[in-house]
Amino acid sequence: MKTLKTFYDNIGLPRLIIGVFFILLVISSILLGFSPAALVSDVLRRWLMYGTLVLAMVPGIQSGIGLNFGVSLGISSGLLGAVLAMEISFISGWDASMGAGAPWMTLLLALALGVVFAAALGTIYGMLLNRVKGSEMTVSTYVGFSVIAFMNIVWLSLAFKNGELRWPLQGQGLRNTASLAGSFGGLLSNPDVVQATQPKWLQWLAFRVGDLTVPIGLILVFGLLCFLVWLFFRTKMGIAMSGAGENQLFTTSSGINVDRKRIQGTAISTMLGAVGIILYAQTYGFLQLYNAPLMMGFASVASILIGGATVHRANISNVLIGTLLFQGILVTALPVVNKVVEIGALPEVLRIIISNGIILYALSKTKGGNQ
Amino acid sequence: MNQKTRIFKSLGSFLFDNKVMIAFAIICFGAILLSGSPMTFIVDGVFTRITRNTFTVLALIIPVVAGLGLNFGIVIGAIAAQIAVFWVVYWGFGGTGGMGLAVLIASPIAAFFGYLVGKLFNRMKGAEMIAGLILGFFADGLYQLLFLVLIGGVIPVNNPKLIISHGVGVKNTIDLTGNLKYSIDAVRMVDIVTVFFYVILAVTLVKLILHLLKKSKITRDDLILFGITALAFGISYIPVVERFLSTDRLALLNAFTAVLIVLTIIQIVKLIQAIVEKKQGSAVIKPIVLLLVYGVLYALTYVPAIEEVMLFVKLPVLPFLLIAGLCWFNQKILSTRLGQNMRTVGQSLSVASASGIDADKTRVLAMVISTVLACWGQLIFLQNIGTFSTYGAHTQIAQFAIAALLVGGASVQKATNKQAIIGVILFHTLFIVAPQAGKVLFNNAQVGEYFRVFVSYGVIALSLAMHAWKKFRKSEMSETSAMPSQAVASQDAPEGTN
Repeated sequence: MKTLKTFYDNIGLPRLIIGVFFILLVISSILLGFSPAALVSDVLRRWLMYGTLVLAMVPGIQSGIGLNFGVSLGISSGLLGAVLAMEISFISGWDASMGAGAPWMTLLLALALGVVFAAALGTIYGMLLNRVKGSEMTVSTYVGFSVIAFMNIVWLSLAFKNGELRWPLQGQGLRNTASLAGSFGGLLSNPDVVQATQPKWLQWLAFRVGDLTVPIGLILVFGLLCFLVWLFFRTKMGIAMSGAGENQLFTTSSGINVDRKRIQGTAISTMLGAVGIILYAQTYGFLQLYNAPLMMGFASVASILIGGATVHRANISNVLIGTLLFQGILVTALPVVNKVVEIGALPEVLRIIISNGIILYALSKTKGGNQ
Repeated sequence: MNQKTRIFKSLGSFLFDNKVMIAFAIICFGAILLSGSPMTFIVDGVFTRITRNTFTVLALIIPVVAGLGLNFGIVIGAIAAQIAVFWVVYWGFGGTGGMGLAVLIASPIAAFFGYLVGKLFNRMKGAEMIAGLILGFFADGLYQLLFLVLIGGVIPVNNPKLIISHGVGVKNTIDLTGNLKYSIDAVRMVDIVTVFFYVILAVTLVKLILHLLKKSKITRDDLILFGITALAFGISYIPVVERFLSTDRLALLNAFTAVLIVLTIIQIVKLIQAIVEKKQGSAVIKPIVLLLVYGVLYALTYVPAIEEVMLFVKLPVLPFLLIAGLCWFNQKILSTRLGQNMRTVGQSLSVASASGIDADKTRVLAMVISTVLACWGQLIFLQNIGTFSTYGAHTQIAQFAIAALLVGGASVQKATNKQAIIGVILFHTLFIVAPQAGKVLFNNAQVGEYFRVFVSYGVIALSLAMHAWKKFRKSEMSETSAMPSQAVASQDAPEGTN
């Protein structure tokens, strides 16, 4: 009985409800006759698609800035890197000169540019957050919103030549949704793309076994990122960062510059955000500009909280479990709901309620406990 | 010399205190010049938006006073209003009666929601704003659940005009034409005067009875108020006046003249008082200067360009009276015991509890009042705009109301009626001219539209950051001077002078 109680305390009511709900959804979708393999493929795809964006929360939380709603900064950097890389690739005619290597170069350039932008912005953003200690979340939410609104103006003013990016008839402005089909879309995860464009020795990147799609490339990249973050928090620098987030006074007295650790944590979080949105776009196959990323920070925050993180502590398992549960529910709910009640909007409504409910719950726990 | 430096100093501090407002006024002015839109268009648009939005912005003031910060939770008040509007339209009510019914339904719902929000905020002191923001999104989710799934899905509703064709969920927009549209705007002035007279009559009679029963005393002011109301009621029967009053719109010129007349009478009374009491100096000079200013203002209305604008713009009377009433209420409540308690709670929770104030209860009450006011504000908004966008009307309300308040120079800890009104005027001026200015400047109206959204987010981000920085610096200063444990306590003790 006692172990059951500690088990319950460890998991917490919302996670229990969400976990049970997810299992029920999976069972009912199998009972309704959906192919389990297709279901697993879908869940896997969405899990990996959002994984890195959720992973970006870890350095922020660990370094003490709390839930980084300002990951939009990283997302905007990543998107900027991606559109610039695509434009450069188009202007220098990589498709003609490099063949199958062109998408790889575009992807790498996008990642490199995105990470550089994110590092610079993240550092400045970290400095700002050091000046608003105690109100980081409120400020970062609105900084995130402002950045997305500012980028809207940027997207609208860029005069690019790449036909995939610009509006067909106007001189300036980028499309709302740009297809990545001719570029790095699906390069790591879509069997059709990989089979069609890549040489034989790379075709293991994504393949099908019956109904099951296995995106090995994406699994490897996401796994590598998780491993790197895990490793980082075992290095001296990472341990110092966790310390800075855990107990400021103690860390200061042991000679660690808390403010610098917080800036580093914010910058790493922002950089992961940039990588995250590029991997997201690569899996999704489309680059979503303008207001599409406005609420992505909220989804990431909700995911890691569902995974069991608090405002002060988070680790890789929180990322993996949280993203699996949150995205899993969204993926499985849609077909089930459509079959049972035919209300297409229900999964979207569920998403809003679950994600904001869990954030609210986490906030009330921390602040309530501190009184 | 001394005088000069003093003037410069006070001018400097005026500029510094109002930097947000001044910067915004300059942006607005530039955008107006760039857009090249006719003044009639701009002024008319601004007044329309003042009618729609000021009430909601004014609903934000009480939580600021009570230390709850900017109330992002007003979305929930708007949701209460929209639930009521849906049912009123569904049952087929309309006009002023229908609006009355909507108010009757919406107010208790909003009060209940406000109570819950207040309870929740008491569990998360210091994080009310982020909690309110997330709560708004969460409530939006529940609202969508109600409107998209439960109505039609669980609650049987049958009305092809309101419900999506397959029978579940409410349509995207509900047309309020013919039922609730202009149900507040279109109330005739003569009706307002009549109702006001009967209310005052009833109040005076009750007071008189109480006076005769020797329970309380009727004051001279009560009788004067009754006298003025009765006089106004009597005048409203003069045919010329009656014809004038039986419209529902007032030309801006007439409204302006009326306000000037009232102000002039007040200043003349003050002047006479000062002369009778043989006062010297500013007591005499100030009314005279003001009277001259009023005279100049009135003379300005004869300038053709201004006259054209002022005759073009027509104001709905009742919404403006409601806005004035709310300003009065916000002002009055601060001098009551409850208002004093709110101020104390807002200044310091520890001081409040030391002086025996139930801080939690006061905070909940502030939230209830704010939520109900926001709900009424949304009713005014919806009846004026005339189409009810079921899933969009409430989503931006907190965002825009808060941005407007901040543009007026308010902060997380201090907000006044004046700031709210100036803020609404500036913010919505920019909203009206930005697309046109963007078109002139960048050859693309969309840029202007994105710019105004950016400004509304940016101004909130900026003032939240400035507030947090100030708070952090204060706690750091007390940390170096006092024991670290006190630094935590001082975080919820905002500065008294602002």
